[in-house]
Amino acid sequence: MKMDLLTSLYVFMLAAFIGFEVIRQISPLLHTPLMSLTNALDAIAVVGAIILTGEHRSTLSTILGALAIVAATSNVVGGFLITDRMLKMFKSSGPKK
Amino acid sequence: MTAWLGTDTFIEIIYLVATALFIFALVWMRTPATARRGVRAGEIGMLLAIGGTLLNHNIIEYKWIAIALVLGSIIGVPLGMVHMTAVPQRTALSHAFGAFCVTLVGTAEFYLRAPAVPPFMMSVLSMEVILGALTFTGSLMAAGKLQEILPQRPITYKGQNLVNLSLLAVSIGIAAYLVHDPSHVHLFPLMLIIPLVFGVLMIVPIGGADMPTVISLLNSYAGLSAAAMGFVLDSKLLIIAGALDGASGLILSVNMSKAMNRSFSNVLFGAFGQEQVAGAVAQQARPVRSATAEEAAAILGAASKVIIIPGYGMAVAQAQHKVRELYDALSKRGVDVKFAIHPVAGRMPGHMNVLLAEADIPYDKLLDMEEVNDEFPQADVALVIGANDVTNPAARNDASSPIYGMPILDVDKARTVMVIKRSMSPGFAGIDNPLYYLDKTLMLFGDAKSFVGAIVRELGGGHN
Repeated sequence: MKMDLLTSLYVFMLAAFIGFEVIRQISPLLHTPLMSLTNALDAIAVVGAIILTGEHRSTLSTILGALAIVAATSNVVGGFLITDRMLKMFKSSGPKK
Repeated sequence: MTAWLGTDTFIEIIYLVATALFIFALVWMRTPATARRGVRAGEIGMLLAIGGTLLNHNIIEYKWIAIALVLGSIIGVPLGMVHMTAVPQRTALSHAFGAFCVTLVGTAEFYLRAPAVPPFMMSVLSMEVILGALTFTGSLMAAGKLQEILPQRPITYKGQNLVNLSLLAVSIGIAAYLVHDPSHVHLFPLMLIIPLVFGVLMIVPIGGADMPTVISLLNSYAGLSAAAMGFVLDSKLLIIAGALDGASGLILSVNMSKAMNRSFSNVLFGAFGQEQVAGAVAQQARPVRSATAEEAAAILGAASKVIIIPGYGMAVAQAQHKVRELYDALSKRGVDVKFAIHPVAGRMPGHMNVLLAEADIPYDKLLDMEEVNDEFPQADVALVIGANDVTNPAARNDASSPIYGMPILDVDKARTVMVIKRSMSPGFAGIDNPLYYLDKTLMLFGDAKSFVGAIVRELGGGHN
């Protein structure tokens, strides 16, 4: 348990560094789609909600889990959809992008 | 082989692939040319992760999962199809949904484990629930303000910060107590409710102009609460996705507050709302030069380089398509037209870029502040459409101005400045803009959409 926890902290730290490095290079042009994309990715929390609901350990946990799935899934679907719609609109004036 | 499919190792490998795809998704977001590939990568990663999760052998009941997945998708589609002008409030709403999910799972996990919750588990659970709850109501409030269901004005009262901070302190205190002794299960609802209230009160004093920072900050909180949930569930995938989202939100909020020359705490506990009023009232009757659409069109048509500065006013008037017609009409005459985008123009990071891209303006004509500021001295005309504070030269040269020190677009360095504005009222930011009184400035009074339309007609372009 103690090692697991430490490993998780390492994972978090490294992911945060990768996040900072990668996201710093993203053009301000795309900051709105970036936010909707990270929002969709963040909705990966749905996997936690799915297990919580499916394990059916108590009525309360199943209800809360199912509501959580609804909320997260709407972010997954809506987030990817709108990000793609926005990105589709970005066109270069060059002859070919 | 089939027996192996449901094993934890197999599922973890799927999660590993999904994680890599998530990182690629962000890497590909770097430029518009590869960004859509990034979305594909994210979608595949998400499908893999959800598919893999469904194989988990601890799942004994699929009915509710299926119903919830379908229901969520049904709600998600309209949220993905909103009009581009509604993107800021949609984003705030999706932060609320994300935080809602995290808070619910955290609550369920607590009651499943209570009263024997190990200290570390209890501390990440508290973090998950507190951050999730305040992000949930805070984002709902932000969405309400952006949708103009709630007043956009900052609402302030005496002792506001003290009240807010004490609330936060109390909930953290309860969390600490529960970490120490998790058997006090009855305290948990209190730890949940206080941040819910705090989320509301946190957004109450925040005005529309501060929304880009706040929405980014809420983005970051949503990510961090998801990462905390990853610790609770011991899911590396969730920790990484949350950390990426948290980092992204943090970078954006730092960018935004830098672009306003303000610290985080100043935005959150901002005296912005009150400070300005003092400086605003003094100068009202100073003369300005105004011009008609005909005169403006003549000057624009004769220019060789025009820089257009869009702001929130353009979004409100939905003028982006008329602006596109103006861009076309001027480009046809050989005028070099560019757009200068201030980081905090609009209501969220990148807001203006999305609206102009929607109107089919090529993205290589959209320049951010650093790129474009050197170009103003060579510009014949700087045309300001619905932007105000981000063009205010007082930020450069008037130490008494509340926005002194804020990086601005050097609009006043262009040969001629034109400002499309409804009236001389200083807007809710309440700061007078000396730009309007310069000799080289022409005020074009009217609605952004119809005035730009009128200029386009004078130039002999447009569709009507």
